[in-house]
Amino acid sequence: MTWLTLILGAALLAPLLPLGNHDDSVAGLTQPVFAAPGGLGAAHPLGTNNYGLDVLARAVYGARTSVVIALLAVLIGTAVGGLVGLVSGFVRGTTDRVVGILANALLAVPPLILLIALGTVLDPSVRSIAFALSLLTIPSMVRLARANTITVAQREYVLAARALGAGRVRLMLREVLPNVVLPVLSLSVVMISVLVVAEASLSFLGIGIEQPQPTWGNMIAEGQGGVMQEHPYIVVVPGICLFLTVFSFNLLGEKAQKRWDPRSAKL
Amino acid sequence: MSTPLLEVTDLRTVFHTPRGDVHAVDGVSFSLAPGESLGLVGESGSGKSVLGRTVMGLIGSGATTTVSGSVLLGGRSVHDLRPAERRRLWGPEVAMVFQDPMTSLNPVKRVGTHLTETLRRHLRCSRADAVERGIDLLRQVGIPEPARRMRQYPHELSGGMRQRVVIATALACDPRLLIADEPTTALDVTVQKQILDLLASLVAERTMAMVLVSHDLGAVAGRTDRVQVMYAGRTVESGPTRPVFAAPDHPYTDALLASIPRLGNPPHTLLRTIEGNPPDMGRPPEGCRFAPRCGFASARCAEEQPVAAVVPGGREVACHHPILEVSRGR
Amino acid sequence: MAGSGTAHLRPDAERVVVVDDLVVEYPAGRGKVHAVSGLSLDLLPGETLGILGESGCGKSSAGRAVMQLPSPTSGSVRLGDVELTGLRARRMRAARSRMQLVLQDPVSALNPRRRVKDLVVEGLEIWGWGTRERDTFVDELLSSVGLDPETVRERRPHELSGGQCQRVCIARSLALDPDVLICDEPVSSLDVSVQAQILNLLERARERLRLSMIFIAHDIAVVKNISDRVLVMYLGKTCEVLPSASLEAALHPYTRLLLASVPDAADAGGADAPAVVGELPSPLAPPSGCRFRTRCPLATERCTIEEPVLREVRPGQFTACHHVDAPEES
Repeated sequence: MTWLTLILGAALLAPLLPLGNHDDSVAGLTQPVFAAPGGLGAAHPLGTNNYGLDVLARAVYGARTSVVIALLAVLIGTAVGGLVGLVSGFVRGTTDRVVGILANALLAVPPLILLIALGTVLDPSVRSIAFALSLLTIPSMVRLARANTITVAQREYVLAARALGAGRVRLMLREVLPNVVLPVLSLSVVMISVLVVAEASLSFLGIGIEQPQPTWGNMIAEGQGGVMQEHPYIVVVPGICLFLTVFSFNLLGEKAQKRWDPRSAKL
Repeated sequence: MSTPLLEVTDLRTVFHTPRGDVHAVDGVSFSLAPGESLGLVGESGSGKSVLGRTVMGLIGSGATTTVSGSVLLGGRSVHDLRPAERRRLWGPEVAMVFQDPMTSLNPVKRVGTHLTETLRRHLRCSRADAVERGIDLLRQVGIPEPARRMRQYPHELSGGMRQRVVIATALACDPRLLIADEPTTALDVTVQKQILDLLASLVAERTMAMVLVSHDLGAVAGRTDRVQVMYAGRTVESGPTRPVFAAPDHPYTDALLASIPRLGNPPHTLLRTIEGNPPDMGRPPEGCRFAPRCGFASARCAEEQPVAAVVPGGREVACHHPILEVSRGR
Repeated sequence: MAGSGTAHLRPDAERVVVVDDLVVEYPAGRGKVHAVSGLSLDLLPGETLGILGESGCGKSSAGRAVMQLPSPTSGSVRLGDVELTGLRARRMRAARSRMQLVLQDPVSALNPRRRVKDLVVEGLEIWGWGTRERDTFVDELLSSVGLDPETVRERRPHELSGGQCQRVCIARSLALDPDVLICDEPVSSLDVSVQAQILNLLERARERLRLSMIFIAHDIAVVKNISDRVLVMYLGKTCEVLPSASLEAALHPYTRLLLASVPDAADAGGADAPAVVGELPSPLAPPSGCRFRTRCPLATERCTIEEPVLREVRPGQFTACHHVDAPEES
């Protein structure tokens, strides 16, 4: 939790912080290359990379890109997936069958291959990467929302509302949605961490965000080819960032699930 | 009367919850002779099911529960036994039939397995012997084609048949005491009657003692020797079943009986009701727990907890203002 | 039978609801469940019709099919002079709001995430407020069903008892000022004392609002107490229709069986009724001819071949059985 506030805060305030150079490789020419971490107070607390760019600054700006991409993707995925799942679970019939087939087909494609394929087609901007990643979340969101909708729609209070004369839209929005939205949200929190990793893998493979704009993935990629043996901090710093972020999002997701479970809420 | 088979003295079961202690059973005593049947009746929250389970030893003192008082089964204190010894009690000494026959049978085990497992564990007989006894038990509880049923799974049976299997399993080791917790609540009316009659006849045949826990006063009425009426964790009235139901002495028993729709009533009869709701067991009222809803309550009832007093006819009534024969004008 | 027939309908009277040859079938695996097979009934203004039967007899399916939730497989349902089957969605919703449904489990019939004050006026939110002031109307509604508005207004369903939830459900149904109230086992999940409160509440509401009511239940005494006329169902068919005042003079062997199965607390000797044979056959493949014949003591060859039709055996009493004769009037 502390880590999440720290990383999000740092990412938000990045332009205001007294950080070193993170992406201007021309300016980096004046700085020492592969400077070792100097500790607090040094010019480069966590050292510099092969272009002389500040690793701390890059880690913070990397957080910005990584987390923004993950959040954006989850947002799209939750909204689209949740809505499609809600409608298909509520309407059932043909719509449901078609949605089911599409969702299963998307799930059947290995995610990394899908991403690589999309990565080669789309230009590597934050927006398109987020879009590509959201495609990963949609099928599982659809499934979860649909499954929850189906159980909720069979509850007696939905029948009772229908008996009162409520129409479809009202039933979906007032009776079903509030009872579906919480499990879906708790899944999306967990999804964020999955997507942070997915984005990192993309950038690591070089089909995500391109250098010199930093993300944790391409920072780790800098450690390729023997660099890591000599200058471990190049890989260790973004690696730890990644690990802590994923770990905290998972914890948060689990907490959310417990908190929002209607069974425990009833007690 | 011979020495009691079961003797429960001042039993208290307290659940420690985050919101405070809940006194689910609060000082209940009774005893049961071999071959005798006792009906425990009360509404939900009266503590009757918790009482049944505490007597059985299924609920014992632990981190969240405190049990005090004593339960003597055949002279041995159920709650002072070590867990392994207590388990040996379950089956040959005391057995239990639960409300829902679907969940009390393991869905992946055949009917026969349920029976033979119990038999072989407690009686240490051979497999063939166990199967034979199992078939015999099924026949005793009125299941047609018992040999075929042994090979079926619980979901292939109807609710009534399943409850018969549960009863057969409970009877497998010839227990001296059977505790039936709402055995017919999940069943249809016509099947309910079959099961209740079966239990009553088994008690008679085997001189087994039975505690029948039920919210349904009608179920208890024809099939038990004595009845104990519970309200909010305490016994309000106990005595021989027939006279208690015919002319209850405690205002609660009286009101409860009056609130049951009778077949003899003409259409559109308004029923007598008990106003209000049962007390919150986390914060029960002081004094008599029924006082806030009682038509006879006086200032005394709100302060002083009534003690069970023996009234004529072998009954005990815990009330400051019992409806005795005199006041009824009979 | 479990027979069909329309002899019990009263075409000459002014009728609120007329159901004719209602059939409800559900697909189930390869076969289909025959939930309701040719049910006909009618309801006069201010009349209460009790539908009595065991679980699986199709009484709930029938009640919901009358509400068009979902629409029946075939048959006609007329509300006043509007034919409901085949109506377009919008008009159907409007027509449906003149009928209201009260369900068995009041806790699950209320959306757990909403507050009582929103739940009771749900129907009005859908259909428009008219000139009513929201807050005062909520309070009026709650008091009319015996709830204290101050204490329950802001609560959510899980903070209320089952009886209180059922009151909220009833208030919600009555808010729309319906002509017909369909109650599907409204008291079977409630405690005896609460059941009496709810039954009285329904009875008073019916009188005050001149409601017609279809009251579906398995408890014969409850049905008798609240209804004018009782329709007994078995496996999707009608066995007998009779005035509830003469329910105890029922002639159909199945109604007799139900009567004999009643456990009555007052009649502590009630274990003498004849034993019931067998259990409910599967509604996937109901027996030919009379559906009750597999459990009927009177069954003969004829019952296998020919389905009995409802006929008037006494004034106002209609029975579908080959072997029941109108008794000699003495």
